[in-house]
Amino acid sequence: MTTTALKHPAPARRLWVYLPMTILAGFFLFPIVFMVAASLKTDHQIFADMDSLRAFLPVGDVSFANYAAVFDRVPFWRFLGNTLFVTFMVTALGLVVNSMCGYALARMKWKGRGLVFGFIIATLILPFDTTIVPMVYLVANLPWIGFDGFRPVLEIGWLNSYHVQIVPFIVNAFTIFLFAQYFKSLPKGLEEAAAMDGAGWLRTYWRIIVPLSKPVFATVTILMVVTSPATWNAYLWPLMTVQSEELRPVMVGVQYFFQLDTSWGEVMAYISMITIPMVAVFIAFQRSFIQSIAGAGMKD
Amino acid sequence: MQRRNLMKLAAATGGAALTGPALAACSASSGGSSDGELLLWTHSAGNEEELAVTDQIIDTFNSRQDAYTVKRESFPQGAYNDSVNAAALSGDLPDLLDVDGPNVPNWAWAGHLQPLDLPSELTDKFLPTALGVFQDQLYSVGHWEAACSIFARESVLEAANVRIPTMDEPWGREEFDEILQRLVTDGGYQWAIDFSTADIGEWYPYAYSPFLQSFGGDLIDRSSYLTAEGALNGDAAVEWGRWFQGMFTGGLSNMESPAGAEDFNQGAAALAFNGNWGALAAIDLYDDMLFLPPPDFGDGPKIGGGSWQWAVSAGADPAGANSWMETALSDEFVAEFANLTGLIPATESAADLTEHYRTDGDLRMMMDYSRAYAVLRPETPAYTVIASVFTKYAGDIIHGGDVAEALDAAVSEIDADIESNSGYGF
Repeated sequence: MTTTALKHPAPARRLWVYLPMTILAGFFLFPIVFMVAASLKTDHQIFADMDSLRAFLPVGDVSFANYAAVFDRVPFWRFLGNTLFVTFMVTALGLVVNSMCGYALARMKWKGRGLVFGFIIATLILPFDTTIVPMVYLVANLPWIGFDGFRPVLEIGWLNSYHVQIVPFIVNAFTIFLFAQYFKSLPKGLEEAAAMDGAGWLRTYWRIIVPLSKPVFATVTILMVVTSPATWNAYLWPLMTVQSEELRPVMVGVQYFFQLDTSWGEVMAYISMITIPMVAVFIAFQRSFIQSIAGAGMKD
Repeated sequence: MQRRNLMKLAAATGGAALTGPALAACSASSGGSSDGELLLWTHSAGNEEELAVTDQIIDTFNSRQDAYTVKRESFPQGAYNDSVNAAALSGDLPDLLDVDGPNVPNWAWAGHLQPLDLPSELTDKFLPTALGVFQDQLYSVGHWEAACSIFARESVLEAANVRIPTMDEPWGREEFDEILQRLVTDGGYQWAIDFSTADIGEWYPYAYSPFLQSFGGDLIDRSSYLTAEGALNGDAAVEWGRWFQGMFTGGLSNMESPAGAEDFNQGAAALAFNGNWGALAAIDLYDDMLFLPPPDFGDGPKIGGGSWQWAVSAGADPAGANSWMETALSDEFVAEFANLTGLIPATESAADLTEHYRTDGDLRMMMDYSRAYAVLRPETPAYTVIASVFTKYAGDIIHGGDVAEALDAAVSEIDADIESNSGYGF
């Protein structure tokens, strides 16, 4: 097969590639299409359309009434603001802390490095659900410096706060692993040249390593935003540690819609409203995301 | 914390992995503010009507006296129990809280609640199923009750020449089975009856275990509360299981019927077994709605009892909390909840103040069913585990699993839990 043939496969061959891909894409898109279509319908219409393709189409008794009702049932902007703030803080602080940790483990030579890296990786086998109860007890008894006006006061317990939603999730073993793997793939000559120019570890990290590692930063951004138990999908942790409605994130808000007589149209409208920002983030970062995930398993 | 208390906490949180040294000193309850502020938690977030009445009660209480101020925090129902259990774990329980009736024994046993100190002339007028009692002590009182019934359309029954049952003469098993068969074969319906099987969770023990009780079985042996042996896997229980399974494998009911009786609402099912919270919507949908008593399978018609109730946490100031309870439990507020939510008022005197449940109200029969047929879910701390085990194995039965094996397995799991919790105090 020639290079030209690879770049421009014959139409028949192209069909065999794109047909299954299109079908697969359809399967993955169906839930999202259904969600958006159902969000525009009355409950009666949703169930009436359920056994036909109409379930995926905005047809019949459609309106934006469910979207309007969302704002009556939940303080949507408050929940969204909380989630955006917590997500931003966890992700921004996580990028700094975890990348520096990954750099120290990948490129700096120090005694016990392998052991520490092993310990960090070992924490990956512990599901979050198994550690959440001791964590709740721990944060309920941790000290914090709060403010009474301008006077600092020592408080005991982190519950019902923003920091309880942020601090425990800044460090993330998997993202440390990703950073370390990526940094290992960078040429050592760059650091050696920087060292010869008199740069220390911190300057080398900041001026040389970070600018060369945009794909892994993009990947980690997406992973922290989407998969961390404290960011966009945060549910169980804020459920157990945050009692004030003022501090609740969007995912806990989903439960507001499940009443004795649940309005499924409102559920779908709310879920659409909290899904769309995530889809936008993924589309914006998808190229870097795929490149970096593909390269994460390789090292020189 | 002693090992025994840790075990209680683990059981109260549904058996989550709570053991470990990190918990060695945790406190299971708190509440009790020294500044006269009482914090109240409710499961009603997202439910505008319930919150409106709760706020009315709080405003009334706060304005009537100066010693205490009640503040509200609301949680969504699906997340409420986890939030309360987490708060108990971290010693952060509120002073006043609502609790689903069947959970009262568990929370009382775990030390989350304190017994109420309310005058008997106030509590005596409440429906027995609106009172949360554990080991002869009153822990909670509810403003409302809920009741299930057979939802039907008069025109459909008349067309199929079906006798309309009454409380004096409910359908028996044979008659009920024959009617269901006729509705499918002659009535042209896809399904004879809608059981809303997709409503996994508390709906299963609440709605389906009363059929088991009507057959003569039960979720646990209530004479000792120490075993489910014989009650949940005896001849009567197996007979119930086979009958119930036949509903689905025999094509009379949809194995995957959506929650909220949607098969009935869509006209796919001729009847539905549904709660009174769906009654007003059904009346809006069909102008010939009937709410019929459940069938008698041998031990009389039965329906589930016990809904959300107000309780006081173990660490709360009893004087302030009980004072709030007395204000809250007036007929005025009992009636207001019923008027706004459509749920059954828990007192007869409040029923007279409501549109739907007064003597000539269009949903009055629901109150009568509740009084006559309601069976409380077992009043034991083991209920949280019983409920999840029953849900799991009832699902197996619905989907065609071996009935006797499923019930034996359920008994085995329930008994193991009771044994590992040293009988839960029984």
